[in-house]
Amino acid sequence: MAGSILEKGATAPDFDLHCTPDQRLKLHDLKGKRVILAFYPADWSPVCSDQMAVYNEARKLFQQHNAEVIGISVDSKWCHLAFEQDRHLHFPLLADFEPKGEVSRLYGAYNEEEGQSKRALFVIDEQGVIQWSYLSPDGINPGADGILEALETMDNGKH
Amino acid sequence: MSTLKTPVSGSDRQTGYRGAPVTLVEYGDYQCSHCGIAHPFIKRLLAEKEKDILFVFRNFPLQEAHPAAYIAALAAEAAGQQGKFWLMHDIIFEHQDHLDGNSLLSFAEALDLDMHQFAQDWKSEALQQKVEADFESGIRSGVNGTPTFFVNGEKIAYDETYESLLHAVERVAQAHR
Repeated sequence: MAGSILEKGATAPDFDLHCTPDQRLKLHDLKGKRVILAFYPADWSPVCSDQMAVYNEARKLFQQHNAEVIGISVDSKWCHLAFEQDRHLHFPLLADFEPKGEVSRLYGAYNEEEGQSKRALFVIDEQGVIQWSYLSPDGINPGADGILEALETMDNGKH
Repeated sequence: MSTLKTPVSGSDRQTGYRGAPVTLVEYGDYQCSHCGIAHPFIKRLLAEKEKDILFVFRNFPLQEAHPAAYIAALAAEAAGQQGKFWLMHDIIFEHQDHLDGNSLLSFAEALDLDMHQFAQDWKSEALQQKVEADFESGIRSGVNGTPTFFVNGEKIAYDETYESLLHAVERVAQAHR
């Protein structure tokens, strides 16, 4: 179980998590859109902050491929809210807070020792199937090039 | 390690020695303090390794984190339309704690730019497209923050020291001798 994240072809496990203190987001609400699910260890930590800042700016590139990016960590909804406001993030951050790490575990993206999400990326298609996934070392910001390549491969597969 | 997906071309802002064995590309953001730290390193590198380096600057403004980064990038590009890109680039980095519309205009005046032309170029669609194209090429090349450096197309491990840049450049330069 440890060390393997869900791979291409797997159905993306549904979730129902807080994206703001008074709103929840379910994966199946997003059917018809592609979803980039970015698990990351923690709000405020230097590497994650850079990663989220880059995704914030790359949103317009993702949207050209009908894709929306969503961040997810075990931080609480209030912590996410403060982080979003401080960094001017314009995409949802989900709180995998209670039961802690439950959704991260379903995707194989939970670090039991540290008690936080791993740094893992999933690109999910319009039908809720994972088309690409990538596990990055905790200290390495994976950037967005792999995501864009995956989205382009999906575009080409449609023809 | 990531590689540069968009090769250096005539539309890039370049300085240094044409035909140098090393092409150093920076993806940078004028309001990023880490880029501000790297700026004098680049100046020193260009002075000390004069015949070895062609330096290219590409824009990677993180607009939400740095509200003046995008207009600063456009201001440098607009100065470039009048042949003063690198002068503007230097002034902006040297004053990166005080960037806003007014200060950028005052830099343009200090450089004796044709202000009417500058004002037009600063807001032009063409330059906005150039800055966005720079950003997109960075994303595709795996740029995940600024500054990110590529030496002859390969991303290098830069650790905020002059030495890390110098070593990356020397390794390639020596292989060409």
